Amino acid sequence: MSEIKKIATRESYGRALVELGAAHENVIVMDADVAGATKTGMFRDAYPDRFFDSGIAEANMMAAAAGMSTLGLVPFVSSFAMFAAGRAFEQVRNSIGYPHLNVKICATHGGLSVGPDGATHQCCEDFGLMRTIPGMTVMCPADDTEAKKMLFAAYEMDGPVYIRFGRFPVPVIHSDDYTFKIGRAETLREGNDVAIIANGIMVGEALKAAEQLHQKGISARVINMATIKPLDVGAVARAAKECGAIVTAEEHNICGGLGDAVASAICETHPVPLLRIGVMDRFGESGSAEQVLERYGLTAENIVSRTEEFLAGLSR
Amino acid sequence: MTPQELNHLKLTAVRARQLIIRSIHAAGTGHPGGSLSAIDYLTYLYQSELCVDPSDPENPDRDRFVLSKGHVAPALYAALAQKGFFPETELLTLRQPGSRLQGHPNMHDTPGVEFSTGSLGQGFSAAVGMAKGADFLKKGFRIYALLGDGELDEGEVWEAAAYAANYRLDHLCIAADINGLQIDGPSGEVMNMEPIDKKFEAFGFDVITINGHDFEAIEAALDRFHKNIGTGRPTCILLKTIKGKGVSFMEDVVGWHGKAPNDSEFEQAMAELKQEEKKIEEA
Repeated sequence: MSEIKKIATRESYGRALVELGAAHENVIVMDADVAGATKTGMFRDAYPDRFFDSGIAEANMMAAAAGMSTLGLVPFVSSFAMFAAGRAFEQVRNSIGYPHLNVKICATHGGLSVGPDGATHQCCEDFGLMRTIPGMTVMCPADDTEAKKMLFAAYEMDGPVYIRFGRFPVPVIHSDDYTFKIGRAETLREGNDVAIIANGIMVGEALKAAEQLHQKGISARVINMATIKPLDVGAVARAAKECGAIVTAEEHNICGGLGDAVASAICETHPVPLLRIGVMDRFGESGSAEQVLERYGLTAENIVSRTEEFLAGLSR
Repeated sequence: MTPQELNHLKLTAVRARQLIIRSIHAAGTGHPGGSLSAIDYLTYLYQSELCVDPSDPENPDRDRFVLSKGHVAPALYAALAQKGFFPETELLTLRQPGSRLQGHPNMHDTPGVEFSTGSLGQGFSAAVGMAKGADFLKKGFRIYALLGDGELDEGEVWEAAAYAANYRLDHLCIAADINGLQIDGPSGEVMNMEPIDKKFEAFGFDVITINGHDFEAIEAALDRFHKNIGTGRPTCILLKTIKGKGVSFMEDVVGWHGKAPNDSEFEQAMAELKQEEKKIEEA
């Protein structure tokens, strides 16, 4: 097998944004002095008249984007996840969410895989913050292909959207003919002993884990849950019914993110045992992305060993 | 301004004050102090300045006004009702379940409300976003925002001020209702932001300080704003006002920031305002 192509989804975002800008003149982009890192700099270079830097002032940027959207423009607003979802939470809640305005918040540098910058810049709370806002669509792509299709889908829908992109290169698992639909889960691998529901960089790890579990005689379904809200409750309920046990894997605090969303869904539809794998209610730390992910257990190996323990505990 | 125009503004404002008191009294909750300090400026905006049409509220070329100090919604609602955006009788539904007149303005519920505000600082940011967007779209309409003096404590205000000057948003006119009181006491004691004029000047605004209850001064300040369009300088009008203006026992009393009058206070306030109305009518 040839070497698998790896791309950070922030790269995918930057490229897709330029394409989106070419297709739609009402797309404008705002950034808070991190255009080089979020990759909105690609759009700035292509369409300088449609790129507005806001300086390091995320609160004003979010509410200004909201104001701009009332004129029919479609602002794509970027900063690091920590500042877009965290620092400016209340602006997103009150000025974008409450009026349900057509602003697309595209945050990069989500999760621990930010790496060396350490805990202050490793946002593991953004899914939780954003999914508590009524009417907010919350997504996180698994790879380059999905990131691009997700961005176009976000433009096509009317209303506020939060997308988390990553800094860490991840394998491209989708082919170009992949059809992405907001709110629809994607089953990447069939299985009936356990379902691993993952998003973002953990999708690739879940696929690797499923292969290793297969070697051990465990049949694991892998579901890519790129849309955290609105959650594909039907797919979760089906997985619960057909597999009898669920593992979630996300690069996010186990409080408030995909795992909690899935927990609510199965409790209300088809209760089965659940194991949440993620950042175990801790802050991150410095190190290379690989080192930090390893130390925090966000790896295929950890998914395998914890899933084995989890399933063994159930049959006892 | 002709004497007739001045008389019309005074009459509209004193009637708006009655609408404010009536709606807050009916709700049993709300913010009379700042509503009464801001209403003269709002009256001028809606009667004499803004290019807005209640029969065509979505016209893309209309002027935009954002009430950044969203808690004085009763004043905005009174001005909108008087302009014809909805019936004055609806003001009595303020803050009631199912009402379009939410405690703080909601742009989707209420005709004429341009942005949902209430969390301080954010309306100013929304206004600079509108102004930047208008610039980009090469639209000629103007953008106005009204802030409170307590609101100036918010860091976001100064982020927005920097943005307005950086992008040379000269078709943006902000005004600050400097009534000198915020919830915890006199603004100079809670958090002294003076010299406010120097601060906005340093950020790049043309700052005009006036008596916020003087319609001729408001007219002159807005004329200067019109002349600033094309110069690259945004305008900031500092309205020196009296909190609770027009109701004797509410004037300059911090306790009337966010409290509804009881029945006897309501009667007294209305009697004073009706007397004032009669005086203006007879003038």
